[in-house]
Amino acid sequence: MSIELRNIAKKFGDFVAVDNISLHIETGELVALLGLSGSGKTTLLRIIAGLETPDTGEVLFHGEDASAVSVRERKVGFVFQHYALFRHMTVFENVAFGLRVIPRRARPAEAAIARRVHELLKLVQLDFLADRYPSQLSGGQRQRVALARTLAVEPKVLLLDEPFGALDAKVRQELRRWLRRLHDEIKITSVFVTHDQEEALELANRIVVMNQGRIEQIGSAEEVYHHPANAFVYNFLGNVNLFHGRIENGRVFLGDTAVELENTHAHAHPETGKAILYVRPHLLEIVMKPNGKQTFPATVKSINPAGPQVKIELVAEWGDMVQVEIDHERYQALHLEPGANVFLRPKEQKLFVYSI
Amino acid sequence: MATNTKRNNVLPGFGLTLGFTLAYLGIVVLIPISTIFFKTFTLTWPQFWAAVASPRTIAAYRLSFGASIAGALVNSVFGFIVAWSLVRYEFPGKSLIDVMVDLPFALPTSVAGITLTAIYAGNGWIGRYLAPLGIKVAYAPLGVAVALTFVGLPFVVRTIQPVLEDLDQEYEEAAATLGASRLQTFVLVIAPALIPALLTGFALAFARALGEYGSVVFISGNMPMHTEVVPLLIMSKLEQFDYAGATAIAVVMLTVSFVILLGVNMLQRWSSRRLAA
Amino acid sequence: MAGQPQREPKRPGTADPPMVRIALIAIALAFLALFLFIPVIAVFAEALQKGIGAYFAAIADPEARAAIRLTLMTAAIAVPLNVTFGIAASWAIARFDFPGKQTLLTLIDIPFSVSPVISGMLFVLLLGVRAPLGGFLAAHGIKVIFAEPGIVLATIFVTFPLAARELIPIMQAVGSEEEEAAIVLGAGGWQMFFRVTLPNVKWGLLYGLVLCNARAMGEFGAVSVVSGHIRGHTNTMPLYVEILYNDYQFAAAFAVSSLLTLLAIATLIAKRFLERRVVPAKQEQDNLAVKVAA
Repeated sequence: MSIELRNIAKKFGDFVAVDNISLHIETGELVALLGLSGSGKTTLLRIIAGLETPDTGEVLFHGEDASAVSVRERKVGFVFQHYALFRHMTVFENVAFGLRVIPRRARPAEAAIARRVHELLKLVQLDFLADRYPSQLSGGQRQRVALARTLAVEPKVLLLDEPFGALDAKVRQELRRWLRRLHDEIKITSVFVTHDQEEALELANRIVVMNQGRIEQIGSAEEVYHHPANAFVYNFLGNVNLFHGRIENGRVFLGDTAVELENTHAHAHPETGKAILYVRPHLLEIVMKPNGKQTFPATVKSINPAGPQVKIELVAEWGDMVQVEIDHERYQALHLEPGANVFLRPKEQKLFVYSI
Repeated sequence: MATNTKRNNVLPGFGLTLGFTLAYLGIVVLIPISTIFFKTFTLTWPQFWAAVASPRTIAAYRLSFGASIAGALVNSVFGFIVAWSLVRYEFPGKSLIDVMVDLPFALPTSVAGITLTAIYAGNGWIGRYLAPLGIKVAYAPLGVAVALTFVGLPFVVRTIQPVLEDLDQEYEEAAATLGASRLQTFVLVIAPALIPALLTGFALAFARALGEYGSVVFISGNMPMHTEVVPLLIMSKLEQFDYAGATAIAVVMLTVSFVILLGVNMLQRWSSRRLAA
Repeated sequence: MAGQPQREPKRPGTADPPMVRIALIAIALAFLALFLFIPVIAVFAEALQKGIGAYFAAIADPEARAAIRLTLMTAAIAVPLNVTFGIAASWAIARFDFPGKQTLLTLIDIPFSVSPVISGMLFVLLLGVRAPLGGFLAAHGIKVIFAEPGIVLATIFVTFPLAARELIPIMQAVGSEEEEAAIVLGAGGWQMFFRVTLPNVKWGLLYGLVLCNARAMGEFGAVSVVSGHIRGHTNTMPLYVEILYNDYQFAAAFAVSSLLTLLAIATLIAKRFLERRVVPAKQEQDNLAVKVAA
């Protein structure tokens, strides 16, 4: 079922949570609402579910206005951040809940309910825990039970509020992959909220980057990462270095030294001429000798060789901190040490410059 | 803010404070309490039994237990409604009402007693409307129940209120997204979480009502075998210098009170373990 | 006792249908009107039955004034003693580890599970003329039962746990780090106590004090047993109310009652004011177990 949001706005007192958002989600898509706390993503999710009413705007399910439809009747599955499993019910009873509250006439027989519950528990690989209570389960297990419970009533849409936020890093990664596979299998329209850009990039068909109640950019992982629409998106997704500089005559100058960076999309601040240059750590090369107009001097501060790449922290000549990531072979070849004076050069010709 | 209960070599005053605590406790509480046990041991078994099982005493037990349970039940039902309204709804005068719920705690029992009597006597504020209907409240067992309802009122409300306030509304939202009606959500999700608190409040109201004297002594009329509750009986025996009889009955009351409190403690420990998420 | 409820915006998923809401509020209000508001109004209405002149005459009556004096004196003795005990006990319990702590807590609670009549009776058994200790004192001309000292003792007994039960969780919640810091910086024990400990627990202290005071001034059952009801001498205000009532001086009885009611209301207001400032350490549920017999 497709979801359409038109001009949704919501305020809590003076705080603007959602500021005129319109969005269209296709049937079967897995969409991420990505942003910081306070960006409005959870509020938006809850508005879709009917757990909050928007001040203005409409929510349409499959083209039909759902504004007057209550939470109960919307048939959306909602997985809460802290699972909201019913403490006094076993896993089985939790999953069966949605089926047991169906009005008598339409309710399936108890045997049919039991079958469906076990089916779902098998799907989430927790059938052996059916008689346990939530307090006896690990965080990852609880999360899967919460999912099974939501799927039991065959919702048209699946909404997840920071589903993996409360879990350990390793469990989070496992569940991420697991959710991806689940979605490939049942192809239900899904929207999930997260502040973890890695999660969004890994899981979603499309990512909606949100900030202060507004959408900054919508696009696939590729699009938002490699073609960020603005400084916020660039900064939010992945690590990035910020260099403070000036733009003159269509060229960027960093520090007192005239390091010219040509071929940039350079928009300076109309009055001050100041700009910020964004470069990802792995897009900077370390060389021992200056090599053309785009190299600039820097001093090595610290080296962290643990991990798939070597992370090196330097101080640029004009004072900005720089993070660079290079592979181990290059690192071996350079024989770097803290205090060494080197030169850095951006790899890509196309750089991002945003004015301030 | 760490809760630090390590035996602390840095902080002073252990000897002083513990010593004073134990000494004061001994003088104020333990010695008086022990007199009742010493006195009990001076009673012969027939003496004890005569006091504890006489028809008049049994009638007093019946009234005490019956009226206390009735009061606690009424408070459980209506106290629940009051707590629910205070936590979930907005209405004018809510803060005032929230403050006033504790009145039975703060008001001297004799004041409560004479006021309730004035209200429910045959010519009283409310009594005058009930008399033509044949309903006698003052100087009847019903009056005792009314007084005991009054004294227990805050217990249920104040036990349920914090639990309700802490109840995460996400559970109700989850139930709603799963298609449950409001009534179903209440019965299946909210109520089970509140039962321990409700039981605790009931037990506390009950225990308080059992020992109540001041609020009851005026409205009941103290007619032996009819409107005499156990505390009144004890008082009566004391006035007649029947210390042995009074002690015997008091021992029974104390035992019951301790058992109830023990039960409440166990209930609270069981429920906090069971419902820990 | 009520925590700070979050004023959350309306959440459709948790809202009750309007009819249900109105019905429940109506029931709650009706119940409370019947059991709380009508009695309070009745006290004042009955007190003014014979007019304002009679009202003030009743309060200014010498016996009434003696009762007021005794009430105040009793509270002035019982409350500071029990509050001091509360401070000492909470310090020992919250700051140190020792065997039998749980037993100690249970013992502290004892006066609460005892019916007021039995509380009074304990002192009659202990200090009445027939008791060994009482006989001994009587022989030396010290009258305890049926005299003021008995009343004070009984009041101390019934209000014993009130301050301690408020202070113990507060002391625990506040933690000892600041006090340790003070010691390390060279403060002496009493300096640490007055400059660091007391300020941190002051709201809990006041709260316990208010509760203790209300109960000390309002106690009836226990005091009734030990007092002997000797007019002008061994009557506190709650007892005096009883005497007036049994004498059919209803308006006077309610006049004195109205003073006690005003005190009760002032106590409630002070309670609410202080509750907001008290660290919500252990939940009030534990403390309620303590208010069983009053």
